[in-house]
Amino acid sequence: MNNSLKFVQGNEACVEGALYAGLEFFAGYPITPSTEVAELLSERLPQKGGRFIQMEDEIASMCAIIGASLTGRKVMTATSGPGFSLKQEAIGYACMAEIPCVIVNVQRGGPSTGNPTHVSQGDVNQARWGTHGDHAIIALTASNHQDIFSITVDAFNMAETYRTPVVLLFDEVMGHMRERLVVPEEEELPIVDRLRTSLGKGVDYHPYLPREDGRLPMSDFGADHRYNVTGLFHDMWGFPSNNPKVVKDLLHHLVDKIENNVNVITRYKEYFLEDAEYIMISYGSSARSAIHLAKNRRAKGERIGVLELQSLWPFPEAVIKEKCAGARAVIVVEMNMGQVMRQVKACVDRPESVFLANRIDGKLITPTNIKGLLRVIQGRGV
Amino acid sequence: MPIKDYLRERFFPHMWCPGCGHGTVLNTLLHAVEQLGLDKKEIVMTSGIGCSARISGYVDFHSLHTLHGRALAFATGVKLSKPELTLLVPMGDGDALAIGGNHFIHAARRNIDITAIVMNNRIYGMTGGQFSPLSGLGKKATTAPYRTIDNNFDVVALSIAAGASFVARTTTYHVQEAIDIFKKAIGHKGFSVVEILTQCPTHYGRKNKEGDAVEMLAKYKSDTARIGSKALEKDPSLLGRGIFVNRDFPEYCEEYEKIMQVAMKEVA
Repeated sequence: MNNSLKFVQGNEACVEGALYAGLEFFAGYPITPSTEVAELLSERLPQKGGRFIQMEDEIASMCAIIGASLTGRKVMTATSGPGFSLKQEAIGYACMAEIPCVIVNVQRGGPSTGNPTHVSQGDVNQARWGTHGDHAIIALTASNHQDIFSITVDAFNMAETYRTPVVLLFDEVMGHMRERLVVPEEEELPIVDRLRTSLGKGVDYHPYLPREDGRLPMSDFGADHRYNVTGLFHDMWGFPSNNPKVVKDLLHHLVDKIENNVNVITRYKEYFLEDAEYIMISYGSSARSAIHLAKNRRAKGERIGVLELQSLWPFPEAVIKEKCAGARAVIVVEMNMGQVMRQVKACVDRPESVFLANRIDGKLITPTNIKGLLRVIQGRGV
Repeated sequence: MPIKDYLRERFFPHMWCPGCGHGTVLNTLLHAVEQLGLDKKEIVMTSGIGCSARISGYVDFHSLHTLHGRALAFATGVKLSKPELTLLVPMGDGDALAIGGNHFIHAARRNIDITAIVMNNRIYGMTGGQFSPLSGLGKKATTAPYRTIDNNFDVVALSIAAGASFVARTTTYHVQEAIDIFKKAIGHKGFSVVEILTQCPTHYGRKNKEGDAVEMLAKYKSDTARIGSKALEKDPSLLGRGIFVNRDFPEYCEEYEKIMQVAMKEVA
């Protein structure tokens, strides 16, 4: 039997991806529907010399992984709606202090305690704007377990490359559904390791001075270079500053390092787009229904395709504008009240031809649900 | 090594008010570090937000200035990830025991090898003098213009109940005692709590008519006594100083090492 072939939950595929990417430290707090991530890592991490800790709350979990990251470890936490809300202040800290870390949010219905055991995609905007102040963030997602695995590896790679928190925005259906996963061989997927400074002892090290390529080499706590890390605006040594130029330059740096790389960060898949008159844009578990419907309608001769987004932030505007240029209508399929739809409307040539096919009742949107709207748009009645 | 070699001199003079006790906390803490002969690169100082938290900017260690109340949660991540590092976590009273109260009791419960220093000036100084969970009853503050009706925590009793394996109290008047207590707290394997009373003449002293820094320091002398002393026996209303608890108890990171050994064996 091939050990790399597995039949797993999405949460487990995420764990496998994280371990493959080099996860060494996890801090978490039990919350449905992400708990399996913590449970699995409490067993798996110590087996490979990594460390797991169950903290006293969601806030502490986020803070603990930031602390661990500063010692040179690859780190992750996992949560869902209410926990994601609690983590926001510390996510902002990781943005400001440029600490690589990965935050898994297996989305459930909200606001508040909401619908803990049912699916939703209502945290898309929270992933973008949950913490206060101008900032940039990377948020990734996937619609099958093989992709959950590889996008999790991507998340760790991007966290290291851009020294930033990366959000993995899964949902309850993806987290709990079981399907096939083949764990790739070692070195099959590229891994980005921590970039450490090559400067020796006694040489002035600037933790916040970007190299020419924009990357900032780090120095582990405990190594030769002693520097300051703060959530305040800071200079290139990490010391607090309210000098207007320092403040402005740092904020631009934090946003630009991600927004200027949107083309590098963007991840998407396309199905039957070449000649599509009708394009469905979707992501996560709802993309499965969109793809299923597209295959069915194609078999009946309808020119319909799917653009599946795997990176939600920074928003892949250019790709969407280009792919949707020739479409008669664009249908955004998601399980919220139009969070991605509004982004799509803002970037396509004809926003009036963008429609929303959604479900917000805790049930997975079905191909039939989408088909109903499609028929109306096509002028074929309900 | 001279004490000044532990400081980032370019940031002096410090930002604390004239007469503030926090400089004395820094001074006594660095003397303790120096006397223990610790290497600067072995030490991580993690702090939260407030007047107290600025202490981490002045020391030439790895310094992590974090979020209000969360210093111990960050420190827990650093320590478990790299147990060979020495973690010093100075916090204000509001920082440690209001917004950070949950992290405080749970770090104590785990008995993780961190030295927590509660710099207790009984007030929120940086925001201009609001009452804290350590102000106590009947005090004046900008958010208690009539008087406080909030009871205060007893840091020592709370720490012991929560599971800290080293618990001590001292003041900025008793500097030799403070150095000695800091040395023992840092040397102790497990979660150590040192409550150090530190005067805030600007806000607490002024609002509560306790006089200037000198008068406040004199009060630390007159109103406290060493535990086990005749003075305390004679007058139990005095506040006890000294080491209340110093016990051997399994330390969190060492216990986790054992878990790792078991887990690795299972796979092999």
